[in-house]
Amino acid sequence: MKISKKRLYLILGCVLVFYAVLAIAPAFAQDMSDAEYRPFPVIGSRTAAWIAAQLHLLFGSFILGVPMFAVIIEFIGWKTKDERYDRMAQEFIKLCMGAFSTTALLGGVLVFILIWCYPKVMSKLSGIFGPTMIFYVILFFGETFTLYLYSYGWDKMQGRHKGWHLFLGVLLNVWGTAIMFVSNSWLTYQTSPATQHGIISEMRKKSWMDEQLASDPALTPETVMEGVTDHTMIPLHNETTGEFMATVWDAVNNFTWMPVNIHRLIGNIAFGGSIVAAYAAFRFLVAKTKADKAHYDWMGYTGNFIALCGLIPLPFAGYWLGREIYMFNNTMGINMMGSLFSWLFIIQAVMIGVLFIGANYYLWSGMGRIQGAEIYARYRPYMIIAIIVCVAIWMTPRTLSKISTASELSAMGGANHPHLGFFGLMTAKNTAVNIVILTTFLSFLFYRRSGKTPTASWRKVGNIAISSIFFFAVVAIVVIGIVGFAVPTDFRVNVLTPWQVVIALAVMFAVTVLDVFMYRRAQTSGTIEWGEMTDRSQYVLILLAITFTSLMGLMGYARSGLREQWHVFGVMPDTSPDAFTPPLSEAVNMVAIIMVIFFALVGFIFWLGLWGEKKKQATTPVEAEVATESDD
Amino acid sequence: MKKLSLFTICLIILVGSWVFLRFVVGGIISVPIPGSVIAMYMGLIVIAILVHISVEDSLFREFRRPILETLVDDKRRLHRRVLVVLIPLLLLGYTYLIIAQRANPPGSPRDAHPSPPLELTYKDEVIGTMQDVVNPFRHYEKDDPEAFKAHVENGKRVYHQNCFYCHGDHLDGQGHFAPYLQPLPANFQDPGIIPNFQESFFFWRIAKGGPGLPAAGGPWDSAMPVWEDTLTKDEIWDVILFLSDYTGYQPRTFGEAH
Repeated sequence: MKISKKRLYLILGCVLVFYAVLAIAPAFAQDMSDAEYRPFPVIGSRTAAWIAAQLHLLFGSFILGVPMFAVIIEFIGWKTKDERYDRMAQEFIKLCMGAFSTTALLGGVLVFILIWCYPKVMSKLSGIFGPTMIFYVILFFGETFTLYLYSYGWDKMQGRHKGWHLFLGVLLNVWGTAIMFVSNSWLTYQTSPATQHGIISEMRKKSWMDEQLASDPALTPETVMEGVTDHTMIPLHNETTGEFMATVWDAVNNFTWMPVNIHRLIGNIAFGGSIVAAYAAFRFLVAKTKADKAHYDWMGYTGNFIALCGLIPLPFAGYWLGREIYMFNNTMGINMMGSLFSWLFIIQAVMIGVLFIGANYYLWSGMGRIQGAEIYARYRPYMIIAIIVCVAIWMTPRTLSKISTASELSAMGGANHPHLGFFGLMTAKNTAVNIVILTTFLSFLFYRRSGKTPTASWRKVGNIAISSIFFFAVVAIVVIGIVGFAVPTDFRVNVLTPWQVVIALAVMFAVTVLDVFMYRRAQTSGTIEWGEMTDRSQYVLILLAITFTSLMGLMGYARSGLREQWHVFGVMPDTSPDAFTPPLSEAVNMVAIIMVIFFALVGFIFWLGLWGEKKKQATTPVEAEVATESDD
Repeated sequence: MKKLSLFTICLIILVGSWVFLRFVVGGIISVPIPGSVIAMYMGLIVIAILVHISVEDSLFREFRRPILETLVDDKRRLHRRVLVVLIPLLLLGYTYLIIAQRANPPGSPRDAHPSPPLELTYKDEVIGTMQDVVNPFRHYEKDDPEAFKAHVENGKRVYHQNCFYCHGDHLDGQGHFAPYLQPLPANFQDPGIIPNFQESFFFWRIAKGGPGLPAAGGPWDSAMPVWEDTLTKDEIWDVILFLSDYTGYQPRTFGEAH
């Protein structure tokens, strides 16, 4: 008997559904009316919550990041009266619209999973954070309607209404940032349920003092405050009973809240830019016309530029967050950088290395489409060497016992290499990071200068000044890095490393100012031929988006895993069967699965957008204009 | 003199880098570098070469020109024949080297540092949280230098009576017993040891020894005795003062915050 293809698929589908029902049936057969934990069918609670949370975060990051730069690009278009910018900003927001409902949907899925699988934890969290949850809903409505107005009103609110439209864009970012800050407070509270004496509420100050007096009869109201400063960490819970004793604001304003807020805010810009660039790269690769290629080349360049703007300060924000985690709890800090999660940070170094190498590669490739950029090609090999050496230092593990054989360990005389071991310490790694950042900035500077000849009379002096700034900054950063080996850690973390950061930022600022003035009335010696990019460079943009996504997934594992066997660190233990830290191999596999799901969903959403567009005219006059435009 | 092709230059860089890492850094300048680390560095060098040759189409064409010529040019017939023999021979040699080497067990899978507990204890007495406990004699360094000196001297006595057999008289982990221990005793002269940890961490490690190490991150295989069975609390704090005084490294502190 011959079975038709359609019928075969139907039978296969029925069999799959049957097995799926069989697999989840035991979950429904259990009495779990009053359970602390309920198992999620087949994949388990942790895996289900992990996937939903990470996907929600990735989409959330995208829809919060994109409006930040979309509104800036729109503003540039408005001020310069260049319609291309306006169109591009609108296209960015269209991408955002598609992802917005998926973000909300995934948020709903996450909440359902958490309420179903972790009722006791959710009960505790909602007991503390109830008011903020109501606030969150209000913010969410605000953001939704503002986004609708901002997107659907784009064409209507042109001309004299443009100012109001920009105001909507700014408002959208205010809502979005506030939403992120509120939800960050929930998860950072789980990591660090404490805050400093100087900023905690009077109510908690008093109850904490009473606890100290009750726990130690030798203390008196006069002596109890001895040694307590504004920086002393005060737990939000009674240290004996675990009862929450503080205000909602204390819980929100916990010790790691603001560092996570800043880190995510910058990260959203970098991630949003990279996804937009990857979208543009895909459109570039499948584009049929020169005009389309030109348009998406320009869009990809802009996306990558935005991602770079976010990527450059991101290590500084990450360093601050890491420092705060050490300050909150040294055990947690040691677990992060020196123990359970230390190898994760080697993977992180590899991935950030990929990001910097990829971003520079794209800039260098882009110089190939600018006439007159050839003069900078001779510097490229030295920049490659600088980046590779710095990435090598960043990637070198401190302790090599896990990746050495017994005879190699014996030859080294221990788990640390007597010379390369120095690269494993933070002072060496921070030095390397700052130099990679400055090299990337130099690449961008060359890109900016390509095809232009300065006419300022002081251009020679200016170039000497810029070269000297770079030279002395690198020398200073390296010297500070070497001194860092010999000083107390407290001094290195709080004084030397911030100075390295200040020097790197000051160089970027000073050189930008000088360069802008030097090239203000520059002659154009070559044009940018948009669309004349290699396909390789476009694959690099896609690689960057994949790397960003993986990196966010891995660092999410670190942030969450740092709590170890606690739902709320030191207060509420995890007594579920999942109360163990999954090994790095499992985390990597999970992150890879999540990344595939994310890109499948993003691809589908973007494809839907394209599907609707197909009937419209393929090339607008503005896009055609880009193809012949010579200015960047 | 004939100019070297880009391909040849890249090949020289690749082989030269390996020789430099394997024999110069890992032989003349320092002790051998583990193979995995060399592989990691070589991977980066390969990436650097790929970046350089592919960033411009002209460079890529120049790079592949000798490869294409060797594959198709009649003048390069001899090169082709040599390669057809040489490549399998090299692979054969590499395979032989892998198979012929003696059994070489992997190193320890343990983490770099053990994860300390949240609370510091001495025997069954809770001293405080790991975060907040400080060395009770550390303040003498500023307040009473003579008293501080006396504590350091006592720490020195305790160290030489108990610790130096493994950790060495220079505190560099090269004591008499060290060659027979795996993992090796801690080297306090290493800048990555004392400055990275609070004094409470060292108290915990000395008091609890190898048996007190956590279940996670192991196997630790540490031969360190449980010194709280032998030493008093004050003696442990004194020996910690001696470690930092002798090496010149200050244990980690958190300044104003704590």
